[in-house]
Parts: sequence; structure tokens; C-alpha cells
Amino acid sequence: MRSGVIAKKVGMTRLFMEDGKQIPVTVLLLDNLQVVAQRTKDKDGYTAVQLGAGTAKVKRVSQPMRGHFAAAKVEPKRKLCEFRVTEDNMIEVGAEISAEHFLAGQKVDVSGTSIGKGFQGGMKRHNFGGLRASHGVSISHRSHGSTGQCQDPGKVFKGKKMAGHMGAVRVTTQNLEVVKTDAERGLIMIKGAVPGSKGGWVTVKDAVKKKLPEGLPTPAGLKAVAAAAAPAEEAPAEGGEA
Amino acid sequence: MDLIAQLEAEQIASLGKEIPDFKAGDTVRVGFKVTEGTRTRVQMYEGVCISRKNGKGIAGSFTVRKISFGEGVERMFPLYSTNIDSITVVRRGKVRRAKLYYLRSRRGKSARIAEVSNYKPKADAAGAQA
Repeated sequence: MRSGVIAKKVGMTRLFMEDGKQIPVTVLLLDNLQVVAQRTKDKDGYTAVQLGAGTAKVKRVSQPMRGHFAAAKVEPKRKLCEFRVTEDNMIEVGAEISAEHFLAGQKVDVSGTSIGKGFQGGMKRHNFGGLRASHGVSISHRSHGSTGQCQDPGKVFKGKKMAGHMGAVRVTTQNLEVVKTDAERGLIMIKGAVPGSKGGWVTVKDAVKKKLPEGLPTPAGLKAVAAAAAPAEEAPAEGGEA
Repeated sequence: MDLIAQLEAEQIASLGKEIPDFKAGDTVRVGFKVTEGTRTRVQMYEGVCISRKNGKGIAGSFTVRKISFGEGVERMFPLYSTNIDSITVVRRGKVRRAKLYYLRSRRGKSARIAEVSNYKPKADAAGAQA
């Protein structure tokens, strides 16, 4: 299991392909993505890497967190996330992950906080049908209708779908295709939409329900490795640092 | 320029398309690549442009309407589609609307569009005009 990445959603655009197809893509930006800490079996009981992305103003970072970043010798980060990895996929603290972590054509799962919709009725929130436009219905055309039975059971069952707060929850979209990566600017282009608003943080991981493609860089596509390999060969670096 | 606008500008530059200056009311001829089995050929589609949408950017598109065998046919093309071989302006029309959807309910004489007699190509588009 490889580490995922933290990315910032930049927005959506489209790509015109040579064969005449046009692909809607979401552009994700890897912004100063570095390993901030490691979780190890003997110390924490599990193995994971903690990644940090973005840049935070030092004066707005709390004293304990400043110490945490200082220990890793990285700039203060805006967003921290942990990714479970297997022991052989551990990444050194301070290493910077590049967009070549993913290959074009591979499938990924993207998680983020969906756009908040506020308090919404049953029709929008749960796709209820609403009531009829005529035949005696008054005022309640968009209401949810009945919520249960009669004196027996005499209550509304738990989990009944009703109006309420919608959106602003963590959503994962599975099996999205990576169309293109741009290591220079740290961009990943993913086919289709990803959860959340522009400027929001999302996490991108290898798809759990698809087989990993051949030639994925393990433990991660790192920037330093890519720079070292670039003079040797023009092809994207394989990042073979164990 | 934000990142998305920059990416779109780069893509437009790399596609290297020459889009003539045209607007709703103009008669255009669009060469559209059609793939039949293994070979591709260019099919011409000529008609009145009745709408331009989403500006001049990568998302831009236009609709061309023609009367084919007595039946009105409308076709929407993305401006920067790689399937478009060429766009030529055949005639410049004089209209007072941005969207000419009213042509759908017109037939014959009332569906005519007067020609612009004093068309001046824009300074920047002068070279691009085919």
C-alpha cells in the first residue's frame, strides 16, 4: 500500500484529445507536499506517513505545531494528513512528493469535504418525489409525505430520511482516471469531478478496487529522485529508493 | 492569470487553431472530420451561425443551423474541437440579436438575413481572417 497525496482543488477545465474526444478534467495542485512525520510499528503500533501541504504563516501556527514542524525540518504546513502505508513503502521525513507519484491512465480514489448545501428538504436531499401538483394538494407540494405507520409502532423509525443538513461531509469518489500529470508545476488532472469546492483540500490515493498499474513509483514519486534521474534519461523517474 | 486560465491559454496555443472572426447571423462553412472505419474524411457543413456560447475560450462553442431537404438541422460545434478541420465565413449577416433562436419558427422569406455591406475586420483578427 503506497501513500496517497494531499492536493488542492484548483478548478475544472477540458482537454481536447488528438482523436477528437474532449475530456472534462479537475485540476489538482500538489503544493509543497512533504513528509512531516512517520508512524512506526514499535512506536505507534501501526505504519503510516504524515504528509503536509501548503504553506502556513509561522505566526499563525501554534507553538506545539511549530516544534513538530521543526523536528521534521520542514516549513509550517497548512494541511496535515496521515496515510497508512506498508512498511516497505515508508518515505523519509522531509521528502517532497511530486505529481509523478501517479501515472496517466491509472485509477484513483479522491476524498474531500463536499460543498455544504445548508438545510434542505427531502426532494433535494434524498431525491424524494414530492406530492402532486393538483388533486387537492395544498401548500405541501415539496413535502416528504408520510414518515411511518400508525399507533403500532407509534414512532418514527430511526434513520428515516427527512429534511435536514446536506453536504459539508467527507465524500470519497472511487475509480477516477488520472488523465495527465505535470510534475513541473505539480498538477494532476483527473477525469470528472471531485468532491469539494475550489481551493479545498482533497486526498488522492490509488484506487482500492482496481489493480495497480505496472511501473508505479514506489514508495512514492519523489521530487529529488526525479531531478537526479532527469539528466540520466528523459522518461519520468521510477523513484526506486527503498 | 489564474492557473486554470493559464492552462487553457496554453492548450489553445498548442492546438494552434485559427478561428476566424464570426458571430451570430454569419453563414459559416465548417469542415468536420468524419471517421468511417479506418479512414477519415472531411465533411462540409454550411449554415447560419445562430449562437456563440461561452466566449472565445476553450469552452467556447457555436451552433450552425441549415435547412436540409426541407427540414431544419442544427449542429453544435466546440470552437477548439480537434474534429474541426476548418471554419470559413461565407457571408456576414446583419442581425440585432446575439442568439437567433427566432429563426427556428421562421420559414422561407422571413428567415432571410441581410448582408453586412461595411464589414471591417478587427485589427488583431485581420491576419487570421481566411
